[in-house]
Amino acid sequence: MNLHEYQARELLQRFGIPFPHGGVAGTAEEARAIAERLAGPVMVKAQVHSGGRGKAGGVKLARNPTEAAAHATRILGMTIHDLTVQKVLVVPAAEIASESYLGVIVDRAAQRPVVMGSAAGGVDIEEVAARTPERIQRVPVDPRYGLLPHQATALGFGLYRDLAQVRAAADIAEKLYAAFYALGASLAEINPLATTPEGQVIALDAKLVIDDNELARRPEIAALRDLSAEAPSERQARDHGLSFIKLQGSVGCCVNGAGLAMATMDLVKLYGGEPANFLDIGGSSNPQKVVAALQIITSDPGVRSILFNIFGGITRCDDVANGIVQATRQFPLKVPLVIRLTGTNEAEAIAILTNAGFSGLTDMDDAVRRAVALAQA
Amino acid sequence: MSIFIDRSTRLLVQGVTGRDGSFHTRQMIGYGTTVVAGVTPGKGGSRFDGTVPVYNTVAEAVRDTQPNASVIYVPAMAAASAIFEAADSGLTLIICITEGIPVLDMTRVMPFLHERGVRLIGPNCPGLISPGQSKVGIIPGDICVPGRVGVVSRSGTLTYEIVHQLSTRGFGQSTCVGIGGDPIIGTTFVDCLSAFQADAGTDAVVMIGEIGGTDEQLAADFVRRAMTKPVVGFIAGQTAPPGRRMGHAGAIASGSGGTASEKIAALESAGIPVMRRPADVVQLLKERL
Repeated sequence: MNLHEYQARELLQRFGIPFPHGGVAGTAEEARAIAERLAGPVMVKAQVHSGGRGKAGGVKLARNPTEAAAHATRILGMTIHDLTVQKVLVVPAAEIASESYLGVIVDRAAQRPVVMGSAAGGVDIEEVAARTPERIQRVPVDPRYGLLPHQATALGFGLYRDLAQVRAAADIAEKLYAAFYALGASLAEINPLATTPEGQVIALDAKLVIDDNELARRPEIAALRDLSAEAPSERQARDHGLSFIKLQGSVGCCVNGAGLAMATMDLVKLYGGEPANFLDIGGSSNPQKVVAALQIITSDPGVRSILFNIFGGITRCDDVANGIVQATRQFPLKVPLVIRLTGTNEAEAIAILTNAGFSGLTDMDDAVRRAVALAQA
Repeated sequence: MSIFIDRSTRLLVQGVTGRDGSFHTRQMIGYGTTVVAGVTPGKGGSRFDGTVPVYNTVAEAVRDTQPNASVIYVPAMAAASAIFEAADSGLTLIICITEGIPVLDMTRVMPFLHERGVRLIGPNCPGLISPGQSKVGIIPGDICVPGRVGVVSRSGTLTYEIVHQLSTRGFGQSTCVGIGGDPIIGTTFVDCLSAFQADAGTDAVVMIGEIGGTDEQLAADFVRRAMTKPVVGFIAGQTAPPGRRMGHAGAIASGSGGTASEKIAALESAGIPVMRRPADVVQLLKERL
């Protein structure tokens, strides 16, 4: 789960990481009030789950409160990568002498957290990693001991020469790791970690992504989810225990299992079609889940045909067939349906479908080809 | 022959009385797996389905019934503890089916296992099956037939799809292993490829990968360096949008080596033919055998 910058700042501040004081505004007047309180030039920053905010015009410098209000008026309600800006963060426009980077991720190959530091901050760190990997220092952490003091100090020396700054950066690195671990994050990032002309080390921007699997035991963090920041269909899918991602194509896909769902989408593409979505109905397929899945898929006006691809294991094909029949009784489908079912209780499923006037296929390639042809008809 | 499990496997089931655990324990016993004991804290002293003894702790089950493998069906928030408990009780093969374990829990589990020489398969995996010998996990037994092709996969139902193709067209399997869809897993492609290479009962290997991470690239490198047996591959997720988690916690295409096209290129450059459709698996195997 992504957190907004202002949420990440608030959480990291609790761990003692120094950020300049600022405030969050949902209206232009609130933005003006914060700018008045901060007294001096401010940055007005769009709070959306998207990179490239600056390029999209979502980050603006304001010299006074009136300008801050004007910028907020323009930015609030603006759309950045299909997401509407609901809030802006107003912070002092700090003078910056240098920009560095500090981040923590879980390294899959090393199977442990890794703290990363780079003196090349302020820009997209993935780009730095791809082009000049030697400019990123990577420190693997044994989670049983945490980031050790000498590791933090080494990170500090990688960023600064001045001993006070080295110590300040080491302190921030330890706090960032502590926050990462305590919050169940999969990414914690300060970019840039800046120095002021007076030599002070401060965090200017923060990013936190929480491991979705942690949310069940962290209700206080789960409550930070911004429902307006995701597509309504994706929210609806999550409420029904479905894994769903909307795409731009015309073949709606309903599959059991994430790997098979991806392979089905790939086959749609191979046969000249475009998948409208990724949808995994999961392992236990009660008919209600299938009804919800069909509701979500059919709510997309771009869908021209719907493809079911079910390989029954734990999932019972007859459950899926019953769900399809129930759904089509509740709301008539406006687009053709292609159903492929094989595995557990396949024969029962085909009988249920045949009785309801549908035909069921057993071969994946046949089914995908048919769904693509129907979407293009 | 087979890898990791065979007729000598004596299985302990952690979470044996739960909804998933009880269902799949019956399936495994029905398939012929030797299930020696179950563990559910609070239900020690009872018998599952009147036959399998249930214990409160893994240590007691190990003392009384000498299992040599454990399978875990406990809920996500308790699954890491279940792995710790199995390893602490001396088990050296642990298969964790549970989906949704926090990644940081796994970062604590893995060093504990390494220090004790424990092999973990999973988590978030369908387990494994050596057809005709033993089944541990949730792979449907009836789609597999005994034979000489090894199958290793990060996925569940996609594996069934490809195994189904193999079985119905005359290619039985030595062992099918689902290694799991999480970012941190105990047994990798390389571990399985290495075991298949050493297994006298395996002639060729099908490896089924997906977007996210670099395990497939490491596997390609291993095949080039160390394998003489033919390997054919599949990579799911060519149409996955970058930066989005495609169901599996580990399936995220990113710029750092995780995209399908990078993986396909890595496999092909190591001489591993990559099928475009699951239905092509038999054709590719025939060309290589």
